[in-house]
Amino acid sequence: MIDFAPFWLSFKLAFLTTFILFVLSLPFAWWLSNTNSKLKPVFETITALPIVLPPSVLGFYILWAFSYNSPLGAFLEDSLGVKLVFSFSGLVVASCIYSLPFMVQPLQAGFEKLDKHMLESSYISGKGKLQTLFRVALPNMKPSLLSAIIITFAHTVGEFGVVLMVGGSIPEETKVASVAIYEMVEVMDYEMAHIYSGIMVAISFSVLVSVYIFNKRFKV
Amino acid sequence: MIELQISKKLNNIDLDISLNIQEGEFLAICGKSGSGKTTFLRVLSGLEDSDSTIKVANKVWQDKTKKLPPQKREIGFVFQNYALFENMSVEQNLLYVQKDKELCEYLLKTTELYELRKHYTKTLSGGQKQRVALCRALMGKPKILLLDEPLSALDTKMRKKLQDELKFLHKKFKLTTILVSHDLLEVYKMATRVVEFEDGKIKKDNKNMFADVKKTLHVEVIKLKQNSVVVSCGEQIFEVKKPLHVEVGDSLELSCEVVV
Repeated sequence: MIDFAPFWLSFKLAFLTTFILFVLSLPFAWWLSNTNSKLKPVFETITALPIVLPPSVLGFYILWAFSYNSPLGAFLEDSLGVKLVFSFSGLVVASCIYSLPFMVQPLQAGFEKLDKHMLESSYISGKGKLQTLFRVALPNMKPSLLSAIIITFAHTVGEFGVVLMVGGSIPEETKVASVAIYEMVEVMDYEMAHIYSGIMVAISFSVLVSVYIFNKRFKV
Repeated sequence: MIELQISKKLNNIDLDISLNIQEGEFLAICGKSGSGKTTFLRVLSGLEDSDSTIKVANKVWQDKTKKLPPQKREIGFVFQNYALFENMSVEQNLLYVQKDKELCEYLLKTTELYELRKHYTKTLSGGQKQRVALCRALMGKPKILLLDEPLSALDTKMRKKLQDELKFLHKKFKLTTILVSHDLLEVYKMATRVVEFEDGKIKKDNKNMFADVKKTLHVEVIKLKQNSVVVSCGEQIFEVKKPLHVEVGDSLELSCEVVV
């Protein structure tokens, strides 16, 4: 009997992470694409770090930051009563950190590809930055928006290392699909591992192929 | 009266322009690439920071203590690459600036775009796009219309048509207009005053622009015939009486006389 709880958890985690990251990354990527600040490369580097760091390094630091031994963890637990280690909320926060570049980078590239004169025409027409963002910039970069959302979603569904370190493997709380497959292999239940992995491949393929089809359709 | 004291440090030149422009004037700016023409327009519209003083009809747009953003400058700007909102139809591009359906309809009918009002701008030709850009710039009823080489990407026939439309709209709206152009013919046809920029400074301010119009044509011999030669002047080709001792490639000066 297939237990769908890990899949459900994976998708719940991916959905929440994508939603939170989209809301937070939109103004950040807009700012990055517009700014001439000397700090821009520093922010870009911090954003890109999760791509190059081994998940174990990232997982270790997040685990430490969330634990009672760190000032942040102590503050969260003492003041707000929030315990992020080995909890679903902790997984969401960790996912937002390791999936950050997958949301910010396509959005920033989309903003940078926009015709600057088009945005300036909007300003000259009397419209502010917010109205220009929502009525001119975003509608003219739909492929970048979709890429950012789908790739962030897919990457979060597929994450393993950070999730295992921060969340562990608590059934129906932190045991997502990738962790469940790892455990099946460990106990040599290859048949179930095959079924779970097959489902993951099918879902990932469908998600990615839909992005490429959409992007092709929207190309001028 | 528009009083401008534009100063800005660029990479290789210092832009330093002092100009007074009468309301309703059609001013053309010409000069070599990199002489600061486009930057001048961008500073005037507030798109670029600078240490400038800009006063329009006794209202200060910019000085040491204040700087109005582009949104508050009552400017219309037509870019060379049209810069239309591709996610909107022709009509929506205009109504985005101001929800004035009457003016929108008038402008679209004047520029023969009314039939295309529901079309998305992606589907239009270069000439049509530039007319939409011009209409959009006029929708905000600007005090100054800035045109940055608006016709340079179009073919000769379309340019002429748009020059006539632009002239008509300038007259109709009595708009102070500043045109940046490389095309001398266009400049002389459209403007009432020509200012030439060189290395960020004014080289020549020609208020009486037809005073030094040349009465001779510099031509190049491109073909010899028995009793005549074919010469070229820009895109024009003439056949003239053969002078003595002339070879292909020689430069000649032709005197012009108007015969009615």
